[in-house]
Amino acid sequence: MNVETLTRPDNTAEKKTQEVVFPFPEEAAQEKLSVEDVPVIMEIKNIDKSYSGSSKVLKDISFDIRKGEVLSIIGPSGAGKSTLLRIINRMIEPNSGVIRFQDKDTLNMKGKALRHMRTDIGMIFQHYNLVDRLSVFENVLHGRLGYKSSLQGIFSMYSEAEKEKAVEIISELGISEQIYSRCDELSGGQKQRVGIARALIQDPKIILCDEPIASLDPNSSRIIMEYLRRISREKDITIIVNLHQLDVAKQYSDRIIGLNDGSIVFNDVPEAITAESINHIYGSNLEELIVE
Amino acid sequence: MEKSSSIHATDINIIRKKHMKLFITGLILLALIIVSGSITNYNHIDGLASIPAALQWLFANMYFSGSTLSRLPTVLRLLWETILISIVSTTTAAFFAMIFAIVGSKRTSVNGFLMYFAKLVASISRNIPVVAWALILVLSFGTNAATGFLALFFGTFGFLVRAFIETIDETSGDTVEALKATGATYPQVISKAVIPESMPQMFSWVLFMIETNIRSATLVGLLTGTGIGYLFDLYYKQLNYEMVSLITLAIVVAVLIIEAISNLIRREIL
Amino acid sequence: MSTYVDRSSKGKIKISRPNKGQLKFRMLIIATILFTIAGFFMMDYKGLELWPAITGTLVNLRDMFLMPQLNQITLGSAIWQVIITLSLAFLSTILGAVISLFLAFGAAMNLSKPWVSQTIKTFITIVRAVPTVLWVLIFAIAAGLGSVAAIIGMVFHSIAYLVKAYSEAFEEIDEGKIEALRATGSNYFHILFHVVIPQTKSFLIAWTFLRFEINFGVAVAMGAAAGAGGIGYALFMSSGFYYDMNEVGMITYMILIVAILLEVVANKLKAAA
Repeated sequence: MNVETLTRPDNTAEKKTQEVVFPFPEEAAQEKLSVEDVPVIMEIKNIDKSYSGSSKVLKDISFDIRKGEVLSIIGPSGAGKSTLLRIINRMIEPNSGVIRFQDKDTLNMKGKALRHMRTDIGMIFQHYNLVDRLSVFENVLHGRLGYKSSLQGIFSMYSEAEKEKAVEIISELGISEQIYSRCDELSGGQKQRVGIARALIQDPKIILCDEPIASLDPNSSRIIMEYLRRISREKDITIIVNLHQLDVAKQYSDRIIGLNDGSIVFNDVPEAITAESINHIYGSNLEELIVE
Repeated sequence: MEKSSSIHATDINIIRKKHMKLFITGLILLALIIVSGSITNYNHIDGLASIPAALQWLFANMYFSGSTLSRLPTVLRLLWETILISIVSTTTAAFFAMIFAIVGSKRTSVNGFLMYFAKLVASISRNIPVVAWALILVLSFGTNAATGFLALFFGTFGFLVRAFIETIDETSGDTVEALKATGATYPQVISKAVIPESMPQMFSWVLFMIETNIRSATLVGLLTGTGIGYLFDLYYKQLNYEMVSLITLAIVVAVLIIEAISNLIRREIL
Repeated sequence: MSTYVDRSSKGKIKISRPNKGQLKFRMLIIATILFTIAGFFMMDYKGLELWPAITGTLVNLRDMFLMPQLNQITLGSAIWQVIITLSLAFLSTILGAVISLFLAFGAAMNLSKPWVSQTIKTFITIVRAVPTVLWVLIFAIAAGLGSVAAIIGMVFHSIAYLVKAYSEAFEEIDEGKIEALRATGSNYFHILFHVVIPQTKSFLIAWTFLRFEINFGVAVAMGAAAGAGGIGYALFMSSGFYYDMNEVGMITYMILIVAILLEVVANKLKAAA
């Protein structure tokens, strides 16, 4: 797939500008018109990150995140995509910079405030990161832990309203039949839907997706990406997704950020991607990418 | 032509080097065997000769007379005491080992200092041999179950901390990250991700340690005058070899039964 | 509302439907906890005065670890005793390893016939069930108390351990590689020495060294309990005969240092395997 898009980027880029393929074309078109008016919900300014004893992973990263958009972060492996995503919910601490989320500086948060901030940001993972030995239902309810005291969490004291909500989300994602199945009995696509349900029940403003389809077959990948897009449209939740497939990023996002060697080299609508910008993003790693 | 033959020659050189290395390693090992043999006054021929002699002796003493069999209840009582000590010391050690392992695993550790402290305590506790623990403890605790319990406890604790840390590292890295990202508190992450994921594997380690400890308990009993080890020592010194055989047989049967039960449990939970 | 959801008698939604296995595991955990508590009451504490025992042990531990000192033996002879113990461990490991290697070929399912494998596995299960110290004492009846009985006894237990480890490593070899060599008409020994051993070499070394580490501890124990000599015997004498806690401390430190060094090496080899 990659090979094709990359070897004849001119054609595809041009085509995409003319006929943008969305699963829900009309809705999408309406959204498109108003993109500039959509409020910014998170500002990221001058983020630097280096791990001890190695060169900088992220260099002076700044960008805005708007409400309800689907934002893809693309780039070669090792570009810092994963680190960037985890800095947004502070699973990884940056060395310097500022992140403003809902008018608060998230980098100074501690303890309760930090956990409260994380309840507003859901996260899904390449390897789903579910507790394999627990039921789908229990895994989804884990998304509510951030709202509970330690004891309430430990003894699984979820309210009926929370459980009803979980059942609703589970059936929306089409996995109600598996609601009591142990997660290790599910297929990859089903596991990722449990991951999405766990993020949704947090009632988040943003969902971070770390390579959500990298372990899935093409069909499941399409279903997951369409769910993510629908979530952003219907629930007005911002989706930030790390991808290594350029064509998927182009098809599903409202905006693409290209990362190379820790710096942002592209930040625009998917239609604006050209052969040159692809070269910029993937740089000398182009050949590696094709081999992959 | 010339080129290919030179490649051939280097190939042969590599093979020869490999053989040389193997040969030298063998030579060193052989030298070490001879040296350590002379250090310990070990005679290989005597060693080999002792095997058939001992086995013959063991089976020859397995036709138990009435007076030997009449002592079977005592044997079984002390065997039960030994099994009890083994199980209780293992499960108690497992409880504390779980706490230390959670603190000591880099995935769930609260801070670096505590992590290294937990690992250090565990390392000291497992690397002091069980016999040393037994000999130290018996001086104050005397010849009773508490000595055996504590000696096994310390050895088991250290071993299980290491095993549990490996289990946590293997099984729960990803889910810890996922639950932290939802804003869950530390106790919630431990109870909802780490424990459910690693519990079966940990229990399997506990079963393994119970099996091991029944054997170790025999040794500890021998040194501290408790349990089945004490009984063995008693009859061994009285040269009552029928009783020695009976006790050995009883231990073998007990260990085999416990292994069979463990395997059954493992099949259910893993 | 969804028909897939279970509700309790009060109409509350259940968040899990434990299957048989999970229920059994829960019961098992509860049973274990109850047995442990009951076990504490069932143990025979006769003659135990808890408080003096604890304070006495603490005093002993202080004398040991804070004031270690050799009194009955010299440092040179203590080090020599450690070398003897290491030699005991080394000999029993290496002899055990050689025998185990051949037995493991027979025990590995993919290299052997089922009945051979089953026979060897049954044999080692029984050998393993007998505590090492009993093996040593049993051999001592034939060979007399001393290094011969100690080493043969330890060899027996090493075999029981290593055959299991080796044969499991062999069983994980890719069947295709064995097939490939078989197809070229290679005989059984070619397969063993050109595929099986090279493929598993680092595992074999790691397991063997791990057993060496274990055997060091066992050798200390045999010195103390079965007259095999070495540092274990010195430990036994200074605690049981001279009641010299300072010397016990010094000897414990020496054992501890060697054991930790061996563990570090064993971990390195295991990580590399």
